Amino acid sequence: MERKIRVLVAKPGLDGHDRGAKVVARALRDAGMEVIYTGLHQTPEMIVETAIQEDAHVIGLSALSGAHFPLFPEVVRLLKERGVDDILVIGGGIIPPEDIPKLKAAGVDEVFGPGTPLNEIVEYIRRNVKR
Amino acid sequence: MYDRKELESIRERERRWNQERVKEWLKKRPERAESFRTLSGIEVKRLYTPLDIEDLDYSEDIGFPGEYPFTRGIHATMYRGRLWTFRQFSGFGTAEETNERFKYLLAHGETGLSVAFDYPTLYGYDTDHPMAKGEFGKCGVAVSSLEDMEILFKDIPVDKITTSMTINGPAAIIWAMYIAAAEKRGIPKEKLGGTIQNDILKEYIAQKSYIFPPEPSMRLIVDTIEYGMKYVPKWNTISISGYHIREAGATAVQELAFTLADGFEYVKAAISRGLDIDKFAPRLSFFFNAHNNFFEEIAKFRAARRLWARGMKELGAKKERSLWMRFHTQTAGCSLTAQQPEINVIRVTLQALAAVLGGTQSLHTNSLDEALALPSEKAVRIALRTQQIIAYESGVTDTVDPLGGSYYVEWLTERMEEEAQRYFDRIEELGGVIPAIEKGFFQREIAESAYRYQQEVERGERVIVGVNRYVMDEEIDIPILRVDEEGERRQIERLRRLKERRDSSKVRESLSRLKRAAEGDENLMPYILDCVKSYATLGETTDVLREVFGVYKEPIIF
Repeated sequence: MERKIRVLVAKPGLDGHDRGAKVVARALRDAGMEVIYTGLHQTPEMIVETAIQEDAHVIGLSALSGAHFPLFPEVVRLLKERGVDDILVIGGGIIPPEDIPKLKAAGVDEVFGPGTPLNEIVEYIRRNVKR
Repeated sequence: MYDRKELESIRERERRWNQERVKEWLKKRPERAESFRTLSGIEVKRLYTPLDIEDLDYSEDIGFPGEYPFTRGIHATMYRGRLWTFRQFSGFGTAEETNERFKYLLAHGETGLSVAFDYPTLYGYDTDHPMAKGEFGKCGVAVSSLEDMEILFKDIPVDKITTSMTINGPAAIIWAMYIAAAEKRGIPKEKLGGTIQNDILKEYIAQKSYIFPPEPSMRLIVDTIEYGMKYVPKWNTISISGYHIREAGATAVQELAFTLADGFEYVKAAISRGLDIDKFAPRLSFFFNAHNNFFEEIAKFRAARRLWARGMKELGAKKERSLWMRFHTQTAGCSLTAQQPEINVIRVTLQALAAVLGGTQSLHTNSLDEALALPSEKAVRIALRTQQIIAYESGVTDTVDPLGGSYYVEWLTERMEEEAQRYFDRIEELGGVIPAIEKGFFQREIAESAYRYQQEVERGERVIVGVNRYVMDEEIDIPILRVDEEGERRQIERLRRLKERRDSSKVRESLSRLKRAAEGDENLMPYILDCVKSYATLGETTDVLREVFGVYKEPIIF
């Protein structure tokens, strides 16, 4: 039997807007994935540490405060620093379209803006999970 | 409201209409859906008639504007006298940049200010705190000290214009800075008008910018209520907010019920301090959301006024002003789409119209680009113009409560009230608002509603134009506001210079006096004022309170 996909849904920084993160977390759980939600106010260090501890296959970052720079790329950088290259990193929130290519260039695998259908995220994870 | 005989004849006529006219019509033209529901899930009937409001008593339940139970409005003449305040929530980057935005808005006809603070400020951190990294100025302005506050309001006539400040955890400190900045300009605090949000219960429930645990937080709030009542009589020391509860995913009914439950909780807390309800109640204000379902929103506002007036009377209020629910409204940020952003202007127009028809005292209209970033100058100007068109061109302001007496609106108003009452009973069963928060009751209810709403959208049962219907493949081409990255460096430099310049022994003394007072049970406002006047920073002052009060950790629920 196939191993369950483990997803860490995380809220980096001080942003308190957790509606989207919680809705996505539930949708992933309903799609049969194992979901860990960090709660609020996580530093990139805390997120990377939890992801490694929990053996997550995917990190889903949510930011609606405009602080996706520098927080998302910082998570990617710390993963690299810890020698981890098989965790899929995705993000979402209030993110101007022109920032998306920059986030991808910084190593974020995919960015989902407001209005993204939940099954699009589920499908993306299933197709792209790295192990 | 109607005599028996008349009702009987309407009943008979309705029965015939249903059996003959409607039945025949449906054979040829089926309806678009099996059932129609509001955003709260209330089933909406095909037609409303006097039969749906036969139990309502006009004088008791609807009444006259400016009179109990205030269903039709808190003022006798409403917008025929004075329009609502055009108040755009704004703030980004440094105090200088936001000061410029304020002046821009005032020049374009804004009539009240509303400050958005950045996340570090909301949590009581200075810009140089490690947790502040990347957050400076992003969703509001950074205010780390009295110096920043002085710059923020430079050249703005704070004795003539009212200012609303969305600040909760450190509300007492930010308010003290505002008072101190005005006093330095020779404006006494008795002359200051405005609002601090200062509503910590909804922070635990929804907005999540809490700092301290519930008990000391409630103490701080009652301290501000008491201080305001005595020394800053024109200030609203709390803005009991449903806005964020709604944005987090609550339905209109939940927004209504949870907000009023919070309101009554503050009143009870102030009463148990020994304060006279008729002295502080006139300074309590409210803040609601205006979402998409037009009539449900209007019914929500009308029900809120009636529920509040009745509840306050039960709690012992005698003065008429204590029964008034005065509220600010903001259109629903969560209803805006990143797709085809220009059409958000139309959503905002409808939502703003609902707020006006619901009798709001003050209004913020969202900008078309807010699903993507903070609003650009042009976007916020269009949002402000939307209010001006409703106010001056539409004619809806010419008469008071134009929808009063609508069978549907009156029925829905009553229905909202009943549904809210059901929630009040459940909260009571759980032991009150704070125990319900600790049990995760509100958080779970809201998460449920948010998920249900999203699933309805996914299944296409809720149409969102541009998202699940009339979708276009398009280049998004609107200007985006960028927060100048240099601002953070300048702000940190300003803080460093301030710390060098100020009298550090004065700072130390005022902070240690605050600490001792916090350990006791005196009102903390005078101590906090001393701290900010000595140029102790927001972070330093909050840290003293963190040390004494501890910090809140929320239960994780999704």
